Amino acid sequence: MSTDNKNILFGLYDDESILLQAVKEAKDQHLDIDNVFTPFPVHGLDPLLGLSESRLHQAGFVYGAIGALTAFLFMTWVFTRDWPIIFGGKPYWSVPAFIPITFELTVLFASIGMVVTYFAVNGQGPGVTNPVLDDRITDDKFCISFDVSGNEDQVEPLKSFLESSGASEIRIKEI
Amino acid sequence: MSATVSPIREPLITGHKDYHRITEDICAPSERTPSLAWVIAFIVAASFLAFGIFCILWTIWFGIGTWNLNRTVGWGWDITNFVWWIGIGHAGTLISAILLLFRQKWRTGVNRAAEAMTIFAVICAALFPAIHVGRIWVVFYFFPYPNTRGPLWVNFNSPLLWDLFAISTYFTVSLLFWYIGLVPDFATLRDRASGLRKKFYNFLSFGWTGAAKHWQRFESISLVLAGLATPLVLSVHTIVSFDFATSVIPGWHTTIFPPYFVAGAIFSGFAMVQTLMVMTRKVLKLEDYITVEHIDSMNKIILLTGSIVGVAYLTELFIAWYSGYIYEQFAFMNRVQGVYWWAYLGMMSCNVLSPQIFWSRKMRRNVTVTFVMSIFVNIGMWFERFVIIPTTLARDYLPSSWTYYVPTWVEVGIFLGTLGIFFTCYLIFARIAPVVAIAEVKAILKSSGDQYAGKHAQDRHNESQETSVHESH
Repeated sequence: MSTDNKNILFGLYDDESILLQAVKEAKDQHLDIDNVFTPFPVHGLDPLLGLSESRLHQAGFVYGAIGALTAFLFMTWVFTRDWPIIFGGKPYWSVPAFIPITFELTVLFASIGMVVTYFAVNGQGPGVTNPVLDDRITDDKFCISFDVSGNEDQVEPLKSFLESSGASEIRIKEI
Repeated sequence: MSATVSPIREPLITGHKDYHRITEDICAPSERTPSLAWVIAFIVAASFLAFGIFCILWTIWFGIGTWNLNRTVGWGWDITNFVWWIGIGHAGTLISAILLLFRQKWRTGVNRAAEAMTIFAVICAALFPAIHVGRIWVVFYFFPYPNTRGPLWVNFNSPLLWDLFAISTYFTVSLLFWYIGLVPDFATLRDRASGLRKKFYNFLSFGWTGAAKHWQRFESISLVLAGLATPLVLSVHTIVSFDFATSVIPGWHTTIFPPYFVAGAIFSGFAMVQTLMVMTRKVLKLEDYITVEHIDSMNKIILLTGSIVGVAYLTELFIAWYSGYIYEQFAFMNRVQGVYWWAYLGMMSCNVLSPQIFWSRKMRRNVTVTFVMSIFVNIGMWFERFVIIPTTLARDYLPSSWTYYVPTWVEVGIFLGTLGIFFTCYLIFARIAPVVAIAEVKAILKSSGDQYAGKHAQDRHNESQETSVHESH
């Protein structure tokens, strides 16, 4: 991803309850956490880290609205302007018959739009390789990482913090 | 998710697992060489698939005259199979989406495989509308694209076109939802692999790292996709039922069809989930993750939806009599005691009577009974679609055009072929991907693992303090 290398100091924890406690302590000590990695979504972590709520659902609403308008206006245009045909003695602009397709395209646009947005903002996609600090983070380890590139004097105090907060392993990795 | 859980809830993960054990157990099937059972099953499935392809090519080469369709039976096994397969797909979405909205934790053990089943079932279903038009090389006429014939548009007022939109949307959304959930688990496999396998899973895992913000977005998108998929799945079978209900054929032109089809779809889908789960948990040794409690829960849904379907059958009969409309009355008398009486009997006994044994808790929790029952329900639901389609069409308004429809070997072969597609895909899936959602199971461990919940929980008293530390492995 990034061209210049970063030095990452990170600690691995064995359980999410220890991790949550450690994150809390780090916030109390105003330490600048770079990132937290977990093998599954840990509840209660977002407020501790101060992460704002995801706005993906708002994006989803916009995509859905685009889908609904696309379907409805297109069918309206086809049957009232481009090639009006009478089906079963109904009016050209037979709105109830447009509802199923309008609904389907709303769902389709919202889903595809959200999924594309989700991978784009996550920086993910087919074949993308992001640096992995430790192979066990997707297994059973919970990780807090600090960016220490440029300020090596921070390493020791952060190390002692990780140690005191219950990290089972502490390492530095250049990514 | 270590919220309070009632102590009378059964644990959903047994065997005193910790996080690492979960990873090991669920990744194991895709990391060892395939067993002999897998190889044999794959060869059988692939042979069915090959025969199916042969029959499809036969159909395309000689035309659909090779099917026994004629006036007045224009739909036979083709659309019967189509409705059957699309119905089977519905359980996967119900488990992944509706049960997520209802916060049912037992969905985590079975959702991955059930969603995979949905995708493969929809592939099988979508095959039939494509080949039944006869001239498959102009099948793109289905789509409203700007063309040089005017442009002449498709009929947006037609339920058959709604069906096209419904099924393609359903397939796409199911696939996306499934893949979103698979990405973190592919990352787990990636981080355990080396060499070519690592490259392969690295590609599939999209560069997943497990960052807190990504998990937050993951949960957000899962919830919204579930919210979108829920009305979608209900709409799909509703629209499939419109294919019949908006026609003017007695026995089809009924307002009960949409809810009745949706209930039947969930019913048959859960039966197929049971068929697959009973085999999968045994062969892949995942009994600790797909527990008897899961099977019990699904059997309850089978009992409920089977009974709804039963009420729908009886309502149809009553309304046919009560309407005083002789064509409607004839259509239903014909179903019950006409030339296809055996299909109606099969439908009634497999769908309505046999699931009633699930009122007994002992039967619900018996794996063998569940497996046999799931096959019964699959057969019964196939008969239901057969009863609705050829039985009705074989007795048209003019007795002179009455007929007795039997399928040709080509039609049967294509049906066997779709079974081949389905099981081949499922077997490949079970080799490549984790059949149980690893991350989701880990997330419910502290609330539903057997050392934390249920009768044998060890540290239920300490649970509030949340201090249990795992011993290192």
